[in-house]
Amino acid sequence: MQMNSAAAAASCHQEVISVENVSFSYQQQKVISDLSFAVKERDFIGLIGTNGAGKTTLLRMIVGLLKPTSGMVRLFGEDVASFRQWEKIGYVPQKNSFNPLFPATVREVVMSGLYNRNKIFKKMSKTDNKKCEDALQAMGIEDLQAKMIGRLSGGQQQRVFLARALINNPSMLILDEPTVGIDTETQESFFHMIKHMHQHHNMTFLMVSHDLEMIRSYLGEQPAAENGELKFHIKHSHETQDCVENDLAHSLKGLREEMESRKEVVLIGDRN
Amino acid sequence: MEIVTSEFFQRALIGGLLIGVTAPLMGLFLVLRRLSMIGDTLSHVSIAGVALGFLIGVYPIAVGLIFAIAASFAIEKLRKAYKSYAELSIAIIMSGGVALASLLFTMGKNFNMNVNSYLFGSIYTLGSTDLYVIGGVTAIVLIAIRTQVKELFLITFDEDAASVSGLPVKFYNVMISVLTALVISVSIKIVGALLVSALLTIPAACSLIIARSFRQSVITVVVIGELAVVCGLLVAGIWNLAPGGTIVLLLITVLLLLLLFRRGARSGS
Repeated sequence: MQMNSAAAAASCHQEVISVENVSFSYQQQKVISDLSFAVKERDFIGLIGTNGAGKTTLLRMIVGLLKPTSGMVRLFGEDVASFRQWEKIGYVPQKNSFNPLFPATVREVVMSGLYNRNKIFKKMSKTDNKKCEDALQAMGIEDLQAKMIGRLSGGQQQRVFLARALINNPSMLILDEPTVGIDTETQESFFHMIKHMHQHHNMTFLMVSHDLEMIRSYLGEQPAAENGELKFHIKHSHETQDCVENDLAHSLKGLREEMESRKEVVLIGDRN
Repeated sequence: MEIVTSEFFQRALIGGLLIGVTAPLMGLFLVLRRLSMIGDTLSHVSIAGVALGFLIGVYPIAVGLIFAIAASFAIEKLRKAYKSYAELSIAIIMSGGVALASLLFTMGKNFNMNVNSYLFGSIYTLGSTDLYVIGGVTAIVLIAIRTQVKELFLITFDEDAASVSGLPVKFYNVMISVLTALVISVSIKIVGALLVSALLTIPAACSLIIARSFRQSVITVVVIGELAVVCGLLVAGIWNLAPGGTIVLLLITVLLLLLLFRRGARSGS
């Protein structure tokens, strides 16, 4: 999990996602009309809106799963249709998008983050296995790697999908409703984790959520663009630290230990 | 017992061993993607192809194969038209296939068509040509799965993530359909068109009970498929039963035993 900080500094605040005059209609119904905004390197963007506001539609257009009716989406300056640097993007789908009976282990799922177009016909190498170990360790789920994904709790599953997204050491993470069906405490530790990644590892975040409170608590009230019901909360990177920690696995482990110890303090306090 | 040493039985056994690997493997991908009914649909349509093959005097399995591939494309098209009622496309094409087959069979009444052997399977009808065709299909399926297993896993587990990783999802969908069509059309002579989908889906159903990883489920379906085909053919040969029916009933027995065993294990623990 080495971060190339020199390269990151050189191209500082480059536009990572550019949405240019994008419209989208399902059949006759317009869901998104003439929307433009940009996500810069090290931004943390929360995409908030009610059900049916077009959040997921927009997200799917950004990752190239849907084609805009008109307009253009660019990733790292390149038209999404011809974009080929999939390793740069980590994508965490909605948790309920998989069948809980699916016979796959945590390790198999995390490993699948490496299966992209460039790896067709190629076998997984030792380096790939190492990447998998690192990603498992970063999320603190190395003990779960032989478990079936459907047998885990919601919070654990979420870590698995985050590990899968992190395995390529991406510069941007896209998360679709990451807090759905997860208890408040787990949500909080999850937020701590992504906040840490944002502040210490130069990562850009785009997160879709209908959970206004959660995003507001981190981003503050900063609606930057409005499109009907769709609101974007954009937080630029001035809060992030310039010294970049190199080892994601190591720094996240430190963070978890810190959170664990805090939990203990609360417990003891309760008993008193 | 001498039937076991006869040439036609040995041909059936070799053919059975081959489809005992490929049918459950393709079935695993279909079941995990919740497309179990596709096996049934393709096999019903391929009967129509078999009937046409007899009528026009062309190798029936080849015509059946063309029909099955056409049907697999039609299903994809209709699935898009009826997005939220995808199973509707399956019902339409399945009944369409049977309807066409019944018409063609009545038209060909004067020919000496052995309809039963295609509907319910027969171990007496497998020729050496059939065996070569089955061998070829097995090789294609195994090479495809061996080289593409990680991509197939990702597409089966999470199609969106596969798209985002730049995998040509449409290509893989077509590949799965075409390989399934291939396997089904060569299997119908042994298992029978009405029963072939059981050989695709029941091993996968068993693996959902016992497998704890994708790797394990791949191994499980092949072991269970082979076991059922070999035992089924032996039993059918010795007591002169329909091989397809015997194999399927064996598969269902295995599934029931596994379900019982799991329930026992649960209440025991």
